[in-house]
Amino acid sequence: MKHTISVLLQNKPGVLSRVTGLFSGRGYNIESLAVNRTLDPEVSCLTLVSDGDDGIIEQITKQLHKLIDVIKVTDMAETDFVEREMALIRVKAEAGTRAEVLRIIDIFRGKVVDVSPRTYAIEVTGDEDKIQAIIDILKPIGIQEIVRTGTIAMARAKKN
Amino acid sequence: MKVTGAQALMKCLKEQNVEVIFGFPGGAVIDIYDEIMRTEDLTHVLVRHEQAAVHAADAYARVKGDVGVALVTSGPGATNTVTGIASAYLDSIPIVVFTGQVPTALIGNDAFQEVDIVGITRPCTKHNYLVKDPKDLIPTIREAFHIARTGRPGPVLIDLPKDVVAAMVEYNEPQPVKMRTYRPTYEPHPGQIEKACKAILKAKKPVFYIGGGVILSNANEELTELSRKLSIPVTMTLMGLGGFPGTDPLSMGMLGMHGTYYANMAVAHSDLLIAVGARFDDRVTGRIDAFAPGAKIIHIDIDPTSISKNVTVDIPIVADCKHAVAAMNSWFNRSKDFDRGAVAEMHAPWLEMIKEWKDKHPLGYAEEKDVIKPQFVVQKLHELTQGNALITTEVGQNQMWAAQFYHFNKPRSFMTSGGLGVMGYGFPAAIGAQMAAPDRTVIDIAGDGSIQMNIQELATARQYHCPVKIAILNNNYLGMVRQWQELFYDKRYSNTTLDTAPDFVLLAQAYGAVGLRATKPSEVEPVIKEALATDNVVIMDFVISREEGVYPMVPAGKATTEMLLV
Ligand SMILES: Cc1ncc(C[n+]2csc(CCOP(=O)(O)OP(=O)(O)O)c2C)c(N)n1
Ligand SMILES: [Mg+2]
Repeated sequence: MKHTISVLLQNKPGVLSRVTGLFSGRGYNIESLAVNRTLDPEVSCLTLVSDGDDGIIEQITKQLHKLIDVIKVTDMAETDFVEREMALIRVKAEAGTRAEVLRIIDIFRGKVVDVSPRTYAIEVTGDEDKIQAIIDILKPIGIQEIVRTGTIAMARAKKN
Repeated sequence: MKVTGAQALMKCLKEQNVEVIFGFPGGAVIDIYDEIMRTEDLTHVLVRHEQAAVHAADAYARVKGDVGVALVTSGPGATNTVTGIASAYLDSIPIVVFTGQVPTALIGNDAFQEVDIVGITRPCTKHNYLVKDPKDLIPTIREAFHIARTGRPGPVLIDLPKDVVAAMVEYNEPQPVKMRTYRPTYEPHPGQIEKACKAILKAKKPVFYIGGGVILSNANEELTELSRKLSIPVTMTLMGLGGFPGTDPLSMGMLGMHGTYYANMAVAHSDLLIAVGARFDDRVTGRIDAFAPGAKIIHIDIDPTSISKNVTVDIPIVADCKHAVAAMNSWFNRSKDFDRGAVAEMHAPWLEMIKEWKDKHPLGYAEEKDVIKPQFVVQKLHELTQGNALITTEVGQNQMWAAQFYHFNKPRSFMTSGGLGVMGYGFPAAIGAQMAAPDRTVIDIAGDGSIQMNIQELATARQYHCPVKIAILNNNYLGMVRQWQELFYDKRYSNTTLDTAPDFVLLAQAYGAVGLRATKPSEVEPVIKEALATDNVVIMDFVISREEGVYPMVPAGKATTEMLLV
C-alpha cells in the first residue's frame, strides 16, 4: 500500500543523500519526493511517497528516524491529511481543440500559464488521482511535455 | 584560547580520555602528525596498512569498553579504512575515524588524493562529517564521540580538510553534548517489562538468545543473575560469546549455522524466546519461518530498527539491555507470584530434555593419533591459558572452532569480525587488544589464508612490544570455502587450495618475531607453552588435518534443525 511519509530534518549538506541512500541501500522504493525549507531555516521538510507492506513501512519509518539528522517522521496514514502535487502540462491546442482544452482546464481548476499559437501550458494541482485524471483526458488531444512535482502533505488540524 | 585545528584535535582527544590512537600519516594530515609529536600523553601506533588501524581501534574499543580511534590521510588512506569501518558498523563497535581531506578550496576538483570519503562511508557509519568551517571542528569532534559511544554504538567518521586543521580556532571547555535529533532510549517501558516477566513466568520451555548487545551494554552480570534466578538456559550468538559464562551448566554455547545441536534444538522447541541484544541474523535463524516456530518472542534492543525486522516480535522492549534486564530482575524480586524453587521445578523437564540432546550430540570431533585436530589446538589453548586469554580470530573455519571450543566465561574477551566476516581482522585486532590490556595474554586464532591479509602488521606488533600470539590452524586451504565446495559443489575445489604458502616460521623470524611449528599432536602443548612463555610476538604454525570440517552445520537457507553432524 502507498504511504505518504513526512520527515523533518536538519537543513545540512548531504542530508538528502542520507535519506535517498537509505532507500536505495535497503531496496525500498521512492515513488515521489519533495523537499524544501520550513519556517525555521535550519529545518527542512521532506515528503516522500513509498510503497510497501506494513512491515516495510514500519522499517522505513524506523530507519528514517535512526538517521542522526532526522528530527521527526510521520506516516501520514496514521492521521487525516491533505496532499497535493502540481503538474505543468504542455498540451496541443489547435484551432479545432483550443476551446475543448480550455473547458477541461476549467473543470480541473487548472490555469493556463503559457500560450503559443499551437499549445497551452497549464498548471494544475491536486492529489495524485486528480493529476492522473487530467493527464488521461488530455492525452488523446496531445501532450507534448509534462513536469510533475512530488507530493507534499499536511496533517489536518484537530476539529475540536 | 586560540589554538590551531590540530591542537584542538589533541585537546579534544584528551577530553575523551583517548590514550592510544592507531594511524598512518600522509600529506593531508601532516599538521596533525606534527602536533602528535608534541603531545606527550598520547601513544600513536603506526600500523603498516590503514585497514589494520581501524581493526585495531575496533578491538581496542571492545576490550576497553570505550571508543577506539584511528587517524589516516586523505584519498587512499581513507579508502583503505572502509573495510574496517564496515566491520565495526555491522558489529556496533564504537570508533571514531579521522581522515585527512584536501583543502576546502580544492574539494570537488578531483584534486590529488581527493575522495569523497563521507559519501563512500555514508552507508557504513553511524554518522559522518566533513568539517568545512574551522569553528565547527571542536563541537563536531565532541558530538562524534558522543554518537559513537551512546545508543547502539558504531563508527563515526570525521573528514578534516587540511586548511581546517591548520586554521586557528577558539578552544572552550567541554559542555555536555546536547543534540536536538538524537536521544536514544535507555530506560525500558515498565509496562513492557511487566508483560515480559509475566510471559516468562508462564513459559515451560524458555530460552535466552543473547547477542553482542549484552556485551556492549555490560549487561552480562544482570543477565547471568536473571538466567540463574529463573533456571533458563542461554544460547549466544558469535557476538554474544562471553555475555554469559560458557562453562555454566545453563550455557548451551553458540546457536545458528555452526551452533551446537542442543542450542538449535532448544530454540526450535522453545515456547518462549527471550532475545537480548541480538538481531536475528540469517546465520542465526537459518530458514526464517522454521526458526523457533512455536515460541512467543520477547526482544530487548536499544535499536528499534532491529525489532520485528526479520521476525515478528510479540513483546518488544526498546531499551539498553543492562537497564532492561536489571528491571526484570527487580520485577521478579518484588513479585509475589515468583517462587524460585517452583520455577526451577517447572523448568526441570525442559533442562532435562536439553541435557538429553546434549548427551546425544555433544560438541566434539574425531580424535586422531598422528594428525593435529584444530579443535584440539583450541582446547589446549583454552586449557593452558585457563580460559583467561583475550582471543581474536580471523575468518573461516578457524573462527568457528575458536567460537565452539574456547569457552568464554567473561565478556570483552572474544574479538571477531562477526557481521562482515573480514579475513585479516584478527591480527590487527590482537594488537589493538594488547594495547588496551598490556598485561593480558592475547591470541589470534588464525587461518593460513586470513593471516596473510594483514601479515605486514608483524612490524607493528614488534615495534610497540605487543607480544601477541598467533595460532595458525594451517590446513593449506581457504578451508571454510573448501568445506562448502566439498558439501555442495562435488568437491570441486576451485581456487581454495593455497598452493604457494610462506614458511610461517621463517616469516616470523624475518620480522624479528618467533616462529614455532607443530606437526604432531604431541607437539601442540610444548609449542603453546613455549609461545606463552615468550615475551615476543610468536607465530605458532599448527599443521592440522587438512580436510577437517566445522560441525554441526546448518546449510544456508535450511532450518536450524536440519543440521549436518559429525
Ligand atoms: C576479505 C575476505 N575475503 C573473502 C572472504 C570469504 N572467505 C570466508 S572464509 C574464507 C577462507 C579463509 O581461509 P583461512 O583463513 O585459511 O581459514 P580456514 O577456513 O582455512 O580456517 C574465505 C575466502 C572473507 N570472509 N573475507
Ligand atoms: Mg586455511
